[in-house]
Amino acid sequence: MESRAEGASAETSADLPERWIPRSSRRAAVRDGLRAYGLIVAMWVRSTMTYRASFVMTALGNFAVTAFDFVTILLMFAHVDSLGGYALPEIAFLYGTSATAFGLADLLLGPMGRLGSRVRDGTLDTLLLRPVPVLAQVAADRFALRRVGRLGQGVLVLVYSLAALDLDWTPVRVLMLPMMVISGAVIFGAVFVAGAAFQFWAQDASEVQNSFTYGGQTLLQYPPTVFSKDLVRGVTFVVPLAFVNWMPALYVLGREDPLGLPDAVAFLPPLVAVVCCALAGLAWRAGLRAYRSTGS
Amino acid sequence: MRLYIAVAAGGFRRYATYRVATFAGVFTNTVFGYIMAYTYMALWDQRPRLGGYDLPEALTYVWLGQALLATCAMMGGGFESELIERIRTGDVAVDLYRPADLQLWWLAVDLGRAAFHLLGRGIVPMVLGSFVFELALPADPLTWLAFLVAVTLGVVVSFAIRFLVALSAFWLMDGAGAAQMALLAGLFFSGMLLPLPVFPGALGEVAAVLPWSSLLQIPADVLLGKHTGWDLAAAYAFQAGWAVALLAAGRVLQSVATRRVVVQGG
Repeated sequence: MESRAEGASAETSADLPERWIPRSSRRAAVRDGLRAYGLIVAMWVRSTMTYRASFVMTALGNFAVTAFDFVTILLMFAHVDSLGGYALPEIAFLYGTSATAFGLADLLLGPMGRLGSRVRDGTLDTLLLRPVPVLAQVAADRFALRRVGRLGQGVLVLVYSLAALDLDWTPVRVLMLPMMVISGAVIFGAVFVAGAAFQFWAQDASEVQNSFTYGGQTLLQYPPTVFSKDLVRGVTFVVPLAFVNWMPALYVLGREDPLGLPDAVAFLPPLVAVVCCALAGLAWRAGLRAYRSTGS
Repeated sequence: MRLYIAVAAGGFRRYATYRVATFAGVFTNTVFGYIMAYTYMALWDQRPRLGGYDLPEALTYVWLGQALLATCAMMGGGFESELIERIRTGDVAVDLYRPADLQLWWLAVDLGRAAFHLLGRGIVPMVLGSFVFELALPADPLTWLAFLVAVTLGVVVSFAIRFLVALSAFWLMDGAGAAQMALLAGLFFSGMLLPLPVFPGALGEVAAVLPWSSLLQIPADVLLGKHTGWDLAAAYAFQAGWAVALLAAGRVLQSVATRRVVVQGG
């Protein structure tokens, strides 16, 4: 697989008109990293497409298993007309925004969950030797295109909710939508990176990360009124997942914020996303520096 | 018999080795338990006695689901990925030479694993959940004993299904598709999403007679005291019936596979 990996990326880079850029500036470094990420992802996509039927099946499976979350909500609504004071289209809006944002982060950065196993068996050393940022390599490691299944079901539910909601779509509300999805994906992405950094120390504890990623996403699918105030406070001020969709979505839906925060917090997600990225970046550096190979 | 006990003990020890992973699993189960418990509270708030459960029973059901998720391997995991890999690489030929039965060997491994998961990943989330939520845990030790029997039968049913899934690799080479289908069915029909009596109409009735209801729904109902006397015997008979039928199907498939399929490898 390794030799194949080298071959594929060499071939693709030859196709590109862009020349290799010396890492003279930070911007160039970022561009370098993104390009490497793109090349590795392209390689894995090509490898996935070799087994097309297998890809279609696993993508459909991914779609179905993640859609179970919405099936649960539908089963609940077979018995009630509202949950926590929210009607089905409103919950579908929360679900759709959270699942789409998370689906994007999961598709682009999901492989980071595997870092712990690479630390454990020492194969991270291979990545350290390559002249490509480790973060880019880890993020693209065994890139799984089947995760479009999760993204797909999120988008479908979001589209359904937009059709079913009876809202006055002012320009601000319309603009909120891409802002939410992009900022939300970035916040979840930061959680993925921070979680991966944590795995440098706690290699076997990679499952803890799932609590904040998959668990956080499950939490955000339901209205905040369902949960205790302390839990809502926790995901607002400690792990700021509430900014992925709750805060901005409550504004779009014209709902009261259960914590009584001012309306302005609805516009904070981009800022929160930037801060999260900075913190995740610091955690990643600290983690990478602390890395000791297994030595066996 | 002694051999299989030793194998089961090995399965137990193998999972007990990774303490940090166990801690991480407990943490995740607890977080999901909290999230689901709140959603159930919102639902039962509007429909008290939904599906015949009151709120403490419904919340107990949530935490039982978290406790049994790993134990009954509702999302897969455990021996089948290993067996699939051995079939794919041809290592299974070595297993078939051994003076031990392939199915019983892996059953012993899986029972050892399940025992560890029940102790290591089942108890702590339940206790943590009971600190925050009012649960309907029985005081009678006999009910707990009856529950353990139901869980054991559930693990055997779960094993029998996953053994069939793993054997499909003899023909399909790549077991990922079959494993994924099994995962979907396991999550949906075990009652992990919502208790099966809450499923609307015919869907709930169909789900109740499928083997997956042995994994969570029946053990949970036994613990909640919904099955007593002859009803309990009927519940056990249902689980045991599926276990025997599916294990027998596994035997048939195994003999067909070993007779007709050329094992890979050089």
